[in-house]
Amino acid sequence: MATIKFTVNGTARSVETEPERPLLEVLREDLGLTGTKYGCGEGQCGACTVLLDGRPTLSCITPAREVQGRKVTTIEGLAANGKLHPVQQAFVEESAMQCGYCTPGMVLRTVSLLERNPNPTDGEIIEGLNGHLCRCNGYHRIVAAVRRAAVLAGKQS
Amino acid sequence: MQAFEYARPSTVQEAVSLLGNSWEDANLLAGGTDLLSLMKDYIHTPKRLVSLKGIKELEGIRKSAGGLRIGALVTLEELLRNPDVRKEYPSLAAAARGVASPQMRNMGTVGGDLCQRPRCWYFRLGFGLLAKGPNGESLVPSGDNRYHAIFNNRGPAYFVSASSFGPPLVALGATVNLVSPSGTRELPVEKFFVAPATENARENVLAPNEILTEILVPPAAGVRNATYEVRQKMALDYPLATASVALRMRGNTVASARIVLGHVAPVPWRAQAAEKALTGKTLNAAAIEEAAKAAVQGATPLSMNGYKVQLASVAVKRALEEAAQART
Ligand SMILES: Cc1cc2nc3c(=O)[nH]c(=O)nc-3n(C[C@H](O)[C@H](O)[C@H](O)COP(=O)(O)OP(=O)(O)OC[C@H]3O[C@@H](n4cnc5c(N)ncnc54)[C@H](O)[C@@H]3O)c2cc1C
Ligand code: FES
Ligand code: FES
Repeated sequence: MATIKFTVNGTARSVETEPERPLLEVLREDLGLTGTKYGCGEGQCGACTVLLDGRPTLSCITPAREVQGRKVTTIEGLAANGKLHPVQQAFVEESAMQCGYCTPGMVLRTVSLLERNPNPTDGEIIEGLNGHLCRCNGYHRIVAAVRRAAVLAGKQS
Repeated sequence: MQAFEYARPSTVQEAVSLLGNSWEDANLLAGGTDLLSLMKDYIHTPKRLVSLKGIKELEGIRKSAGGLRIGALVTLEELLRNPDVRKEYPSLAAAARGVASPQMRNMGTVGGDLCQRPRCWYFRLGFGLLAKGPNGESLVPSGDNRYHAIFNNRGPAYFVSASSFGPPLVALGATVNLVSPSGTRELPVEKFFVAPATENARENVLAPNEILTEILVPPAAGVRNATYEVRQKMALDYPLATASVALRMRGNTVASARIVLGHVAPVPWRAQAAEKALTGKTLNAAAIEEAAKAAVQGATPLSMNGYKVQLASVAVKRALEEAAQART
């Protein structure tokens, strides 16, 4: 057992755990943050994406010990004061989810994409979301949602 | 996954001392994008993981008169964003871009890319690197070999080298530094990869207690270089066949050429007939066509991968066309 101290959605957390557990499991099972999803467990689908120090990272293949002292943002950390993050708002407005399983990962990836590139072309959106699978095949609406998110985020800032 | 002990040293010397004499004792952890899935499937079951992430001396890209030094921990994204790489080593930038998900590029390291295990599905399903069936014969020739080797595939190894950086680094004449308790050795990347002859051998020369610390790429001045990857689809997946070229020019004439194919053999595969065909020629469409044909001479495809011969030839052609356009 080891103690891992890290920041999750702005709050300092401390977890006792075995080193072999992936961050995904610690988030879901120890911290009850079930918004982060388990798809493949092997880095191929993007469902488990979180932001680690602001960068999209696959939590299923990140050993919990690697996040010691670092900052993690999960889907639960995006809405502020009861108001959805513009990217979440855009996904709702475009109905960009069917079962919703891929959505948290898609949303977090979009947040980091727009930070780097506030006005992506469709090509850049598709390239940026390349690591994410949507089994419901909702890709068209997801691309539309990212386009809308860019507009909403632009208005807000 | 089997339980393991976790160590996070802060120097290479300390890390080396935490490794053991067998792969079962300890494995190195860089970005973890390959290792963790191997461990989840019980293909690797090390007792200890030695994380490299706390070792500062393994970071960073440095350009000097001697060329480019790439620390083993440099991520694919850092490499892709580096201005010197983009300008002078387009073949490396293309290889990094080919790993098509931002998550994978943020997490994956160049050292880990070179040391990653093959993707052969027999290997990943637990049949071992040589994919042996119950009678000790390889399952590949009579099995599903659509993604296997078309060169150097007379056994016992049939898998293809998975590393996207292997071919461009071999083409550019790069070397790697390997550090173990007995010291440091510098080795051409071409000699780093080997086709294993026995079940206990691996696809590279790394010893269980050795760390790849850095990659040294010779200066690119006057060397036109390019990588072309052929894929089944644009989304995140390994290429089917690739070609990396590095051409030293004298005016419009090719003074010397290195042409290296990826995903066609257990190692990055030097297409020496193509190199010879191009040397001394003016770099024009006819010479490119001839080199592309020569590159796949002698291929010995298996029952399901004849298609790769054409793909590899086209990859060489496109890579040479890109190099012909490039200005260095
Ligand atoms: C969905 C998916 C798609 C991928 N697509 C591609 C692709 O197109 N092309 C490609 O080349 N790769 C691809 N990869 C493979 C690979 O994960 C990346 O290339 C990555 O760069 C590996 O680096 P890492 O730091 O994560 O390695 P790790 O997983 O940390 O390590 C990989 C192996 O190398 C060893 N190792 C790591 N660093 C060192 C070192 N410095 N010295 C000695 N040994 C070391 C580890 O012990 C381990 O055995 C893909 C992976 C996935 C999951
Ligand atoms: S669950 Fe992590 S990438 Fe699929
Ligand atoms: S909405 Fe179901 S997986 Fe994407």
